[in-house]
Amino acid sequence: MPKSEKAIVRLCGVSKTYGATKALTDVDFACFGGEIHAILGENGAGKSTLMKLVSGVIQPTAGCIEIDGSETQLAGPAAAISRGLICMFQELSLVPDLTVRENLMLGAPGTSLGRLDGNIVARAQDILAKIDGAEIRMKTRVYDLSLAERQQVEIAKALSRNPRLLILDEATSALNASVVQKVFHLIRAERDRGVGVLFISHRFHEIEALADSISIFRNGTHVETFDNGAYDYGAIISKMVGQRIDDLFPPKREPDPNAAEVLSLDGFGWEDTLHDVSIVLRKGQITGLGGLDGQGQGDVLQGLFGLLKGTRGQCIMGGEPVSIRHPKMAKSPALSIALIPEDRKTEGLILDQSIARNLELAALGMNTIDATDPAIYQPFLDALELKCDSLDQPVSQLSGGNQQKVALTKWLALGPRCMLLADPTRGIDVKTKTQIYALLRRLADSGVAILLLSTDYEELIHLCDETHIFYNGRITRQLAGANITAENIIAASLNIPSKEPATRGSVHA
Amino acid sequence: MKTTSPRVPSLDILVPYFGSVLLIVGGSFFFPQILGFAYLAQQLQIASFLGLLALGATLVILLGHIDLSVPWVLGGAAILSTSLAGSGDPALIALAIPAALIFGALVGVINGFGVAVLRIPSMVWTLAINAMLLGVAVLNTGGFNPKGEASTTMIWLATAKLAGIPVAFAVWMVFTLAMAVLLKKSGFGRYLSAIGYNEKATFLSGVSTPSVIFAAFAIAGVCSAMGGVLLAGYANQAYQSMGDPFLLPTIAAVVIGGTSILGGRGSLVGTVGGVLFITLLTSILSVMQISDAWRNIIFGVIIIAMLLLQTLRRKAA
Amino acid sequence: MRDFLRSNKREASAFVVLAGLLSLYLWSHPIGPTTYVMTIWANQCLILALAAMAQFFAVIVRGIDLSVGAVMALTNCIASYMVIGSGIEMAFGVVVVIAAGIGCGLLNGLLVVYGRIQPIVATLATASLFVGLALLLRPTPGGQIDYDLADAMTLDVLGMPTALIMTAAIILLIWVPLRRTGLGLGLYAVGSSEQAAFQSGMPVAKIKLASFAMGGFFAGLAGLYFSFVTTTGDAGIGPNFTLNSIAAVVLGGVALRGGIGTLTGAIAGAFILKTIGALMFFSGLPPLAQPFIEGLILAGAIAIGGADILRIKNRLEAFGR
Repeated sequence: MPKSEKAIVRLCGVSKTYGATKALTDVDFACFGGEIHAILGENGAGKSTLMKLVSGVIQPTAGCIEIDGSETQLAGPAAAISRGLICMFQELSLVPDLTVRENLMLGAPGTSLGRLDGNIVARAQDILAKIDGAEIRMKTRVYDLSLAERQQVEIAKALSRNPRLLILDEATSALNASVVQKVFHLIRAERDRGVGVLFISHRFHEIEALADSISIFRNGTHVETFDNGAYDYGAIISKMVGQRIDDLFPPKREPDPNAAEVLSLDGFGWEDTLHDVSIVLRKGQITGLGGLDGQGQGDVLQGLFGLLKGTRGQCIMGGEPVSIRHPKMAKSPALSIALIPEDRKTEGLILDQSIARNLELAALGMNTIDATDPAIYQPFLDALELKCDSLDQPVSQLSGGNQQKVALTKWLALGPRCMLLADPTRGIDVKTKTQIYALLRRLADSGVAILLLSTDYEELIHLCDETHIFYNGRITRQLAGANITAENIIAASLNIPSKEPATRGSVHA
Repeated sequence: MKTTSPRVPSLDILVPYFGSVLLIVGGSFFFPQILGFAYLAQQLQIASFLGLLALGATLVILLGHIDLSVPWVLGGAAILSTSLAGSGDPALIALAIPAALIFGALVGVINGFGVAVLRIPSMVWTLAINAMLLGVAVLNTGGFNPKGEASTTMIWLATAKLAGIPVAFAVWMVFTLAMAVLLKKSGFGRYLSAIGYNEKATFLSGVSTPSVIFAAFAIAGVCSAMGGVLLAGYANQAYQSMGDPFLLPTIAAVVIGGTSILGGRGSLVGTVGGVLFITLLTSILSVMQISDAWRNIIFGVIIIAMLLLQTLRRKAA
Repeated sequence: MRDFLRSNKREASAFVVLAGLLSLYLWSHPIGPTTYVMTIWANQCLILALAAMAQFFAVIVRGIDLSVGAVMALTNCIASYMVIGSGIEMAFGVVVVIAAGIGCGLLNGLLVVYGRIQPIVATLATASLFVGLALLLRPTPGGQIDYDLADAMTLDVLGMPTALIMTAAIILLIWVPLRRTGLGLGLYAVGSSEQAAFQSGMPVAKIKLASFAMGGFFAGLAGLYFSFVTTTGDAGIGPNFTLNSIAAVVLGGVALRGGIGTLTGAIAGAFILKTIGALMFFSGLPPLAQPFIEGLILAGAIAIGGADILRIKNRLEAFGR
C-alpha cells in the first residue's frame, strides 16, 4: 500500500519545555501510513521527546497534535494506544516481575482494568516465532530474560496491538544482526499493509536499509525531511551535528606486540557461563570483546572487577596472581582497575545526585587523590566537552551522551591502569561516540590497558588492536590486525568456521 | 570546573522551625506561660530524648532503610543501665552508661547484618529484632518492671541544668554536632545518601557499602541506647515498653525535618527542627488538657498538613 | 510447573510450613483435633489474616500501611454501636462498618496518589487520626455486638469452622476473579514498575487508589470480625495488628518492595504467625520464655528466607531484588 494521503499524526508548532530546558521548539512534523519514517539526531536533539508526545506519555507545552486531521489531546498512553498509536520505548515498558504472558496482556486495547484478553497472547507468540523468539516461554518472568529477549517481547507486544502508527525508539539496540533482519522484515510487512512507522536508531546501516523517508532533528528543532537516499552518509551526519565529522574513529597505531603485560587471564571461568578464557591486556592496547549478546563477555568484565564469586583460573597482574574480591579492591592503587558498567542509569551513575557528587564518588576515600579537588576531573570533562549548566545540576537532567561522559570521567580521574568498558556507546549519538573513541585512543597511547566490550562490530574493527569473539561462554576466535573484519566477527559470533586466512572484505556497513 | 555553590539551607529544612515558632506564638495566646523561659527549657529537655532517637534514625533513613528496633533498644539500654546502677557495686555503677551504649551498638550490628549481608528488608528484620529484645527483657525481668535505679550520673545528665540550660539538651547537641562533623569530614555522609539513592551504583563505584550500612545501624543503636539512658535517668527507673511511644514520633520527626523516607535526601539540621516541632506540638496539646482522642486527631491532621506542605513546596520548586 | 514453583517459591514454602505447624499444633493440643479447637484457632487466624490482606494491598503497590491496626480499632468501635438490634439495623451497621474501612483506605490512597506523600509516612499520620476517632467513640472499651450474629460468624457449619469457610470464600470470590482482570494485573504492574505500567497504558492513579481502598475494605472486615470474636469495642487494639500484619505478609512470601506475592500467601503468613503463637501456648515452655522464642522464630524464619542471598554468585544480583 502506498503512502497514505492524510497524515496519521501531525504536530503543528509543538514546543515542549522542562523548566528552563527546551526539549522541542516549534516543531511541525507529520507521519503517514504506509511509510517508514526514520528520525535522526544527536542525543538531546528531541527525538525521544517527540516519541513521548506522539505516544501520550507527555503533553506539549505549546502547539497542537492532530490525529487523522482533527486536533486531539492525548491525555496518557492509554489514549494513544486506543487510537492505534503504539510505542516501543527505549526504556523498556515491560514489568519485570510479571511473566511474559502477563506483560503481553497488560494494557492491551480494550482491556484497561476489565477482563483480560488471552487472544492477544497467541497473536504475540506468532510474531515472536517470526523473530527468533519462539524459545521465549510465556511463563518466564521478564526479570529473568536477557536484554535482547526483552526487546523481542517488546516488539511482539507492540505489533500484537494492531498499530496504525508504530513507534520504535531504539527498538533493536540489543539484537544481533540476523534477528534485526527478521524484525525489519516484519516492519516492512506492516508498512505494506498501510501502517505508519516512526523509527529511531543510532545505527546508520539500519536506517539506510529500512527507512523510506528521514527527518533530521537538531537541538529540539526539525531541520529537514527527505527521502532516503537523497543525501549521502556524510551529508546526513553534518545535518545532524551541524558540522561535518570526517572520521568517526581515530587513526589506529601499529600495536607493539611486546608491550608490557598489565593484566592477564589464564583459564578464567565462572559457573556454567564462562569457560577457559585466556586474555592478555597490554600497556597501550585496546582489546575488544565481541559476540552475540550474553555469550559470557559481560562476565569477564564483572569477574575482573570483583563482582563474581567462585571464579576459576588465574588473574595475573604484575607477575603475581591476584584474587579480586570486590570493587573496592579492584580500584585500590595496587590493582587500579576501573569498570564503566553497561547500564549507566542504574549502575554507572546516581541520577538524582549532582554531577559533582557523582564525579567524587569513586575518588572519595582514596588516599592518593583529593576527591573534592575539581582539577582532577576537569581535563577529562574538557576532552569530552561535557555540556551542562553547572556541576550542581542533577545528572538526570543530562542527555544520555553527557551522562556517559560523567560516568567515564568519574573513573578516569583515578588514573586507572586498566579500564574495563561494557558497551560504552550504546544508544549514544555520533558526536559523543567520536569523542569517546578519541579519548580511548589517547588513553591507550598514554599507557592504559583497555578492555572494550562492544555490540557494535565497527568499534571492534576500527578501534581495537585485538578482538576476542565469544560464543556460549568460550572464546571462539581471537582476531588481530587485518584479520578483524566484519565477516570474521560475524562468522565467529555465530560459531561458523570462516575461510582461513581471512580476506579483508568490505567493512563499511 | 564551575564551583559548587555553598549549601544554603533549603526552605524544606526551615519549615519545621517556622512551624515551631508558630506553635509557640499561637499557643501563647491561650497559655501565656508558654513564652516563659522555664517552659521552653523544659521542652528542650524533653525534646532531647526524642532528639537522640531521631538523630540515629536520620542516618538509617538516609540510607533508605528504617529501624523499628528503636523501642526495645531504648528499653533494653534503660533496663541494663538501671540494673547495673542499682547493683550497689561501684565498678558496675561506673559501667552503667558504657554498657548500655555497647549494647545499643551490638544490636545495631545485628540489624546491619540482616540488612547488609542477608539483605532482608530492614522494616522486617528490625521488627523481628525488636520482638526478640522484648522477649529477652520479659525473660529477664519476669514481666514486671525491672528493679534497679538510675545512677547519679544518669540523673544528672537527664535532669540537671547548667546556667538554666538542661544538660540533656547539651548532650543531644553534642551528639548532633559530633555526627555532623563525622558526616561532613569523612566520606560517610556522602556514602549514606549515595546508598540511599542507588546502592548498586555506589557499590560499583568501589564503596564498601556493607560497612557503611553496618556503621549506620550501629551508630543508630548507640543513639537509641543513649536515649534510653537519659530517659531512665529522667524517670529514675526503667519500665516495660517505655520505648513504644517513641517509635512513630521518631519517624515523624525525621520526615517532617525534610529527610526523604526513600533515602538519599535529608539533613541533621532538619531533623533537629522536626524534633522540636513534634515535641512542642505534643506538649501544647497536653497543656490544652483536651481528651486523648482529640490529641490524636489533631496530631494526625497537623502531620498530614506538614507533609502536604512539603509536597506543595517541591512542586513549586 | 517449574516456572510456577520458581516464581512462587516463597509462597509454596509458606504453605508447607503452615501444614507442618498445624499438624504439630493439633497433635500437641491437650484436647486434640476437635471442631472446638479448630474453631478457636481459625478465628484467631482469620482476624490476623484479614489484617494481612489489608496490608497486602498496600504492599503489592509498593506501599506499606501503618494504619491497618488503627482502621481495625475504628471499625471495631463503630461496630460496637451499630452491629446490634434488628436484622435490618445490623445489616445497615455492617455496611457502615465496611464503608468506614473503605473510606479510611481511600483517604490513605488520596494522600499517597494526589498528596504525593510516601505511604509509610501518610499512613503513620492517618493512623493517629483514626485512633483518635476510635477514642472519641470509645474512650474506654465497651459496647456490644449481637451475640447470635457473632456466634454465627465464629462457630462452625457442620463441623467446619466458619472462619475457614470465609477464608475460602474470600479467595474464591474475590481474589481468583480479581486476578483475571486488568485491575488485578495492574496491581502487580504498578508495584513492580510504575513507569512500565504507565507506558503500557494502565491508569496508575486509579489502580493505586483502588488498591488502598481494597486495603481499607479488608481492614474494615478485620475490625468487624474482631468485633464478632470479642463482642466489644476497644480503641486500643491497633498497634499489635499493624506490626503483625507486616510480619505476616513477609512470611507469606510478599515482597515489601512490591509487585511480588499473592493474597493467599499473605493469608498463609498470618495463619503461620498465629499458629506459632498458639503452639507456644500449649508447648509447655515457661510462659516468660514464650515472647523470646516467638521473636526468635520470626527472626529465624526471615533470616532463612534471606539466606538465599549467600548462594548468589554474582554480587550485583544482591541489589534491587
